[in-house]
Amino acid sequence: MKAFAQLFLSLDETNKTNEKVKVLKHYFNSVPDTDKMHMLALFTGRKPKRQINATQIRTWATEITNIPVWLFEESYHVVGDLAETMALLMPQNTDSSSNKTLTDWIGELNELGNKTEDERKLWLIESWEMLDTQERFVFNKLLTGSFRVGVSQNLVVKALADITKLDAATLTHRIMGNWLPETYTYDQLTQEQGASDDISRPYPFFLAYPIQETSEKQKSADELKTALGDAHEWQAEWKWDGIRAQLIKRDGKIFIWSRGEDLATDKFPELHPFLNALPNGTVLDGEILSFQNGLPMPFNVLQTRIGRKNLSKKILEDSPVALIAYDCLEYAGEDIRSKTQSQRREILEQLQAATPFPEIFRISALIPFSSWDELAIIREDSRAMIAEGIMLKRKSATYQVGRRRGDWWKWKIDPLSVDAVMIYAQKGHGRRADLYTDYTFAVWDGDKLVPFAKAYSGLTDAEINKVDHFIKRNTLEKFGPVRTVKPELVFEIGFEGINRSTRHKSGIALRFPRILRWRHDKPKEEADTLDNLRALLGD
Amino acid sequence: MAKKPLLEFTDRGIYCAKGKFYIDPWKPVDDAVITHAHADHAYIGHKHYLAHHLSKQVLLYRLGDIQLQTVEYGESVMKNGVEVTLYPAGHVIGSAQIRVAYQGEVWVVSGDYKTEDDGVSTPFEPVKCHHFISECTFGMPVYQWKPQAQIFDDVNNWWRGNVSNGVATVIVGYSLGKSQRILQNLDLSIGKVYTHGVIENTNEALRRNGIILNPTERITQDTPKEDIRKGIVIAPPSSVGTPWMRKFGPYSFGYCSGWMAIRGAKRRRAADRGFVLSDHADWDGLVSAIDATGCECVYLTHGYTASFTRYLNEIGFNAREVHTLYGDDEGEEAAPTQPPPEGEEFTEAGNNNQKVSPKGGDLEGADAS
Repeated sequence: MKAFAQLFLSLDETNKTNEKVKVLKHYFNSVPDTDKMHMLALFTGRKPKRQINATQIRTWATEITNIPVWLFEESYHVVGDLAETMALLMPQNTDSSSNKTLTDWIGELNELGNKTEDERKLWLIESWEMLDTQERFVFNKLLTGSFRVGVSQNLVVKALADITKLDAATLTHRIMGNWLPETYTYDQLTQEQGASDDISRPYPFFLAYPIQETSEKQKSADELKTALGDAHEWQAEWKWDGIRAQLIKRDGKIFIWSRGEDLATDKFPELHPFLNALPNGTVLDGEILSFQNGLPMPFNVLQTRIGRKNLSKKILEDSPVALIAYDCLEYAGEDIRSKTQSQRREILEQLQAATPFPEIFRISALIPFSSWDELAIIREDSRAMIAEGIMLKRKSATYQVGRRRGDWWKWKIDPLSVDAVMIYAQKGHGRRADLYTDYTFAVWDGDKLVPFAKAYSGLTDAEINKVDHFIKRNTLEKFGPVRTVKPELVFEIGFEGINRSTRHKSGIALRFPRILRWRHDKPKEEADTLDNLRALLGD
Repeated sequence: MAKKPLLEFTDRGIYCAKGKFYIDPWKPVDDAVITHAHADHAYIGHKHYLAHHLSKQVLLYRLGDIQLQTVEYGESVMKNGVEVTLYPAGHVIGSAQIRVAYQGEVWVVSGDYKTEDDGVSTPFEPVKCHHFISECTFGMPVYQWKPQAQIFDDVNNWWRGNVSNGVATVIVGYSLGKSQRILQNLDLSIGKVYTHGVIENTNEALRRNGIILNPTERITQDTPKEDIRKGIVIAPPSSVGTPWMRKFGPYSFGYCSGWMAIRGAKRRRAADRGFVLSDHADWDGLVSAIDATGCECVYLTHGYTASFTRYLNEIGFNAREVHTLYGDDEGEEAAPTQPPPEGEEFTEAGNNNQKVSPKGGDLEGADAS
């Protein structure tokens, strides 16, 4: 654990990519193989199962810190991280007396499942006593299962690639999917020929780069020509707004993976029949959307079933899903990612043509166009198509790993926007801890301000500091962590879509709301009205 | 008729009606008693100032030609029959608590203070009183400082490491207080100390005041970059991310502040190293300092006033929250009230103008498309 705590500390002590890779390599070179795999699991979002619930951890930690519960809670709002709060509040201990490895600790943690509550509490308190502040922090992270460390998976893979002399794409693939650090060994991960025969393992997703960084800088058709060259070298599709997924049929078994590497097979029973009908050794990439009468439905319909443990009959009826397939990554048991976009498309079309379920296994239609000018005009129809814009894929492109510039681009339409007044604020987390960064915005309904959206991104750090300063001096009321703020500041709020909602006071729900800019020039009286928002519903 | 309190809180600052003077007022007044020379306590525009001897040159440098009377710690001045005495606050060189006494009633205004002896400022001394007006910048239990010797071991080791890696070392701290504390605790066998103009001006003012500081060299356009790389640069917070700092590259930059105790705050400032070093009292320091005054009532002026007040009341103090304009962020240094001298590359540009990505840090994934 000392090495793991030191790893955390060293990563925190630099902002430079090269330094971070160096630190990671040093860690890999100095710990046993089992620790390497546990670290890899944690750093790629595979958290250990929670064996003690968060309320109990909090309660026992509060007992040790000898402060009232409310002060513990307020401390948490200041720190913005529960594991860190507990570590900071406990009596300081500069001597660490434990030599247990990361593997030892996780082993003990996993055994807690069979213990009584008293035994768990005793174990936890003894563990805290053995560790110094930094170790406690990392240990608490293991307990609470929130492992965001400020290092991307790419960096970890790069460090590992340097050490093992394997290429990064191969390693990225080998750490995809469902594996356990207890059973997947470092030798299996790093042997020259991938002998891993996990049939559920997905490929790393290829992600598109935005063609325009901000909505203010629109790309003209001419600029596209300069940047991308001849229009004939590209295929265009609508950019669908659903759940990106990879669907696998191997050895008679099916798997559905979301982009976040969550296994979501059970969440989409409608897709099972067509997947089962696919030939073995097939992997598809596509978007899962709700469909009704052959037409895609807005994202908020799909949203109603995300996160549900049980899919009731009603949900399945109200929000039936289908797949719009984009790509084929494996065919007849062979990895075909190095074939060209056009070759893969041909295979995908053959597969789709053969399906007995064409309503469920759909294919993302190619948009015919002969010039960038023409495509720019077609793109104007995105919203009517329930699409977010257009995807551009180079016909000669291979299927790559991660977000890359060059061969896949997303050309999104401008967000919708309204000017709104900030009325509530709450402190953020992580690097925004102890700063008011999460805001609720309102529009006018007669002479009342009605909240309609929350947003917490889009401002620069300097602007956040100014807004924070304003909030601290213009608080009208405090409700727990939320402050009611004097309505004065006006912001332009952008969003991707708008729908009716019975769950919100305003009667509307927005998709991806964020702050586009601070309207210093607008007094609050000139903010938009609920009627302006309703007009955007387009019905 | 209820007796009027000896000190009251007005929209100009803390006021003594009996003695007709203010303490650290933020609007122009006739008679101002100043706890210390930081910009949020020593404003320009008062007719008469009273402060400690060791604040003299810094006040003159920062505020220009003012009418200033200075006194020693423990030395009393009578103002309209009210006795005013300064006691060391341990915050920065020349910082004082102000004891105000009239007919047996004693009030103490802490200004800013810390309880640890930093070896540079005269150490904090608890003063018995009936009413204590205290800061609580770090009045949350998550703030617990380590002894400074430990922090400076880390600083010196970091500096040593940078020198052997051929990387320049830039350490950032408030120009009055933190900078001198850093300067006096660096291991000068490692290399030479270079200073940003704003800091060197403050150093010079302090030297004029008879303070003996370790040798420093002001950075000018002619200072060779190779020399700087072997030494250490002390710079103010306002210089972070400016072209002035970038020209030292490659460099590692360390930030000295109590806020560095929290990972999020450190990440926000994008410092390579955050050293938890504060000129304010930590949680235990505040509670013990308040306890040591034996006061009947404590007033909290700035910092986490609401929570700290509630806590003090729960453990048996009589505490009240007061609204003032004193700053609560030791990271954000106010610009000096005088423009920097000619030729000095001081820019006021903010340090953090990069856009915040929708989901924060680089681990938290790119957008959800």
